[in-house]
Amino acid sequence: MPKDTTQDGFVVFDRVQKSYDGEILVVKDLNLSIGKGEFLTMLGPSGSGKTTCLMMLAGFETATHGEILLDGNPINNIPPHKRGIGMVFQNYALFPHMTVAENLAFPLEVRKLDKSVREEKVKRALDMVQMGDFGGRRPAQLSGGQQQRVALARALVFEPELVLMDEPLGALDKQLREHMQFEITNLAHDLGITTVYVTHDQTEALTMSDRVAVFDDGRIQQLAPPDKLYEEPENSFVAQFIGENNTLSGVVETIDGDACTVKLDSGEIIDAKPVNVSAPGDRTLVSIRPERVEFNKERLMEGVHTLKAEVLEFIYMGDIFRTRLRVAGHDDFVVKTRNAPDQARLKPGEQIEIGWLPQDCRALDA
Amino acid sequence: MSGLPPYASTGQKAWYYSFRVICGLIFFFLIAPIVVIIPLSFNAQDFFTFTPEMLALKPEGYSLKHYEDFMTSHDWQSSLWNSVRIAPMATFLSVSFGTLAAIGLSQPHVPFRRAIMAILISPMIVPLIISAAGMYFFYSRIGLQGTYWGVVLAHAALGIPFVIITVTATLVGFDRSLTRAAANMGADPVTTFFRVQMPLILPGVISGALFAFITSFDEVVVVLFVGSAGQKTLPWQMFTGLREQISPTILAVATILVVLSIMLLTTLELLRRRSERLRGLSPG
Repeated sequence: MPKDTTQDGFVVFDRVQKSYDGEILVVKDLNLSIGKGEFLTMLGPSGSGKTTCLMMLAGFETATHGEILLDGNPINNIPPHKRGIGMVFQNYALFPHMTVAENLAFPLEVRKLDKSVREEKVKRALDMVQMGDFGGRRPAQLSGGQQQRVALARALVFEPELVLMDEPLGALDKQLREHMQFEITNLAHDLGITTVYVTHDQTEALTMSDRVAVFDDGRIQQLAPPDKLYEEPENSFVAQFIGENNTLSGVVETIDGDACTVKLDSGEIIDAKPVNVSAPGDRTLVSIRPERVEFNKERLMEGVHTLKAEVLEFIYMGDIFRTRLRVAGHDDFVVKTRNAPDQARLKPGEQIEIGWLPQDCRALDA
Repeated sequence: MSGLPPYASTGQKAWYYSFRVICGLIFFFLIAPIVVIIPLSFNAQDFFTFTPEMLALKPEGYSLKHYEDFMTSHDWQSSLWNSVRIAPMATFLSVSFGTLAAIGLSQPHVPFRRAIMAILISPMIVPLIISAAGMYFFYSRIGLQGTYWGVVLAHAALGIPFVIITVTATLVGFDRSLTRAAANMGADPVTTFFRVQMPLILPGVISGALFAFITSFDEVVVVLFVGSAGQKTLPWQMFTGLREQISPTILAVATILVVLSIMLLTTLELLRRRSERLRGLSPG
């Protein structure tokens, strides 16, 4: 569950900036506080600065400006090997010349633990990821999923309080990935470790995290729990990046507290909820999720504005129907409907009217 | 015919066979001068030619006297001892410095990497006689000329390029996230080097070491300039032997060196296979 972490974060990025060449900032003024035991995901397209943030936390990159605190202590001047942070790498980074057990024993050996203690901990860690019988194998003799588990066990075997994961599931096939998402989340919560997870896969971010930080252009665009992120995106980048989304551009016509009307570029008027528009006349992109669009006249709310639409394509996807419409001059407007017995199956060429609840249509920055 | 498709034209057939003949000739040209030395070294006479007894394969045409001479002659034994003292030390220095240089130069943030690499490799490209003359004048100035350490350092300089090249080649396939992973797990840079990086680049290091060793063990030009009578190495003794004595003992020594080289190259090949296996093992 998300906690209030603004005051006493376990990991704190305080006005952190990073530039590789001294001119272009890859990370611009990052402020982030991660609570103890929290599972936080850094999500963003490649080049958005998320991996750089992770590398700064691990100590492989240094912040150009600002401070990173771990458990209240600044760690800018602590080398990676003294930070005591566990990490799972994108390509697992298992040592090919060591067996699985030797890989796991490595962090314990450098900590000069006794042999008996080492063996005990290695065994426990391998059992934890259901790899107990594989201690004698070499990494190359394991499948991708098994290597992934070993990498996870190796990052956890020395009981770090903070574990970083850099797109650890990227190389796995879909089914295994979904299974591992579940396992990693459970493991992290059971052990109570703080996890910072980097991915560009929004499904992963939504299903695994307590909170998600959406990165773009070196900044956090929105930091919120998954449901809030999906249902209440704060700007058009987040709306576009998370899930499927229909956008229409226009100008704010009237604002009245929690409701506004927008005049689309094609002339129609629609209802929306103002999010980051402030006054009539502002340019705006309105965002509506495909599953929140209604075209059944009986279910439409009284008095709301509707738009005329023409059905262009109807795609049967099994559990849902995906209908592509031409709306207000855009021919990429998508509506998703559940495959229910009473659900209408629209045909290309049909003329319909669509509408939505005003709070589902968010007027964002243009 | 095995290698020829049924539709091969006459021209293709002719080329198919002449290609094999040409390959055989090249092979013969390369190997014959070396192979011919081996039977000659068992010559019972003090000649560099095959005697009629040898050609008739009579036992009295053959003897081990040249080997005996090599084993007992003071000149040969002291030169062997000198080579054995110089080559391993030169190899050790080449490997230490060459490996460190290769690792340093594989870091992306090092400025002027290509220029530094070119300078370090230059002893391999510059004609040996020029390096040798340069070293002679330089070492004379700083008092290294004619000393054991002078020859060792000169040979180390000649061996370093081989080590740099072989180790750099191994490092190309080296996954940097492995050292990061080691650091992350609490290993300091020295531990990381010996426990993670070194075992994985070891085949390259050993190949380089073998090349460096052979360079020093075979080298005659530089040692003539930089060394003095106290550093007379095996190749130097062979050179003087050829000029002054014309004794077939040289052939016995040459045979021993050929056998040694074959053994070293076999080791090299076995290591290369091991390295390939390890590369195949590395993830990603």
